[in-house]
Amino acid sequence: MRVAIVVFPGSNCDRDISWAIKKVSGYKPDYLWHKEKNFINYDLIILPGGFSYGDYLRCGAIGSHSPIMNEIKKRSQKGVKIIGICNGFQILTESKLLPGSLLQNENLKFICKKIFLKVKNNNTFFSKKYKLNEIINVPIAHMEGRYYCNKETLKELENNKQIIFQYCNDNGDIKKTYNPNGSIMNIAGIINLKGNVLGMMPHPERCSEEILGGENGIKFFKSIFESIN
Amino acid sequence: MKVKIEVMLRDSILDPQGNTIKKSLNNLGFKNIKNVRQGKLIEIDMNSNSSNKDEKNIKRMCEDVLSNSLTEKYKIKFLKNK
Repeated sequence: MRVAIVVFPGSNCDRDISWAIKKVSGYKPDYLWHKEKNFINYDLIILPGGFSYGDYLRCGAIGSHSPIMNEIKKRSQKGVKIIGICNGFQILTESKLLPGSLLQNENLKFICKKIFLKVKNNNTFFSKKYKLNEIINVPIAHMEGRYYCNKETLKELENNKQIIFQYCNDNGDIKKTYNPNGSIMNIAGIINLKGNVLGMMPHPERCSEEILGGENGIKFFKSIFESIN
Repeated sequence: MKVKIEVMLRDSILDPQGNTIKKSLNNLGFKNIKNVRQGKLIEIDMNSNSSNKDEKNIKRMCEDVLSNSLTEKYKIKFLKNK
């Protein structure tokens, strides 16, 4: 299995996710600088969290035009699995690899805390090790995580089961009270129609070993490795 | 040629910054405010004087990079060189 982590100027979760992958799977991912245009075939390409280009203009906007993104778009069409976490999710929506957009949190605060997520679809490459409707405890750390899309897109996301994670409480209730950032329908993570591109605001790499305060992210990585191998 | 581009969130999108500014202005005694929206102003200085090609390129810049058509709208103002 070959995994690549794209490093943009301002990425800061690249090493965290590399560590988590190595810990869970034993594979050591490669780092790809965002200016790369030619690189070997990878089974999985990860756009990590951080503040690519200092979040200038709009979060993810400038990163979405980095030279590497053209090739990533081509490979996504060929079915290569692509994950964007936090700033990576913002880059994926800005590059139109995923529908919608991520706006400033409704309360204008940078929110850094552990929240609860409900796994709404476990029939994907990225979530198959979780049970359907499993409640997991995962950290978030963002200022622009308010997922927005128009009504038509929302209907498509619902009909095609593209909503993978929703914010909830420890009982699994999905209500506005348990929505940290004002996301439409408490959306925390979605996949594309083809099912090979996933974006999510929460950080599974920050909860994949007990010393970090939780292991709910392990099944996320195990799902992907089982799908690939 | 100088170009000024105003980027605003679409009217249907919640603008929490605008709302906060409104509250602050209200608190200062400016009560007669219906709504506040906050946006961005981008100034571009082109090498050449105005040409059709430049104008087309500016529009492309707005569509592809400077604004996100899902959540934002933009206005272009061309300032001719003196």
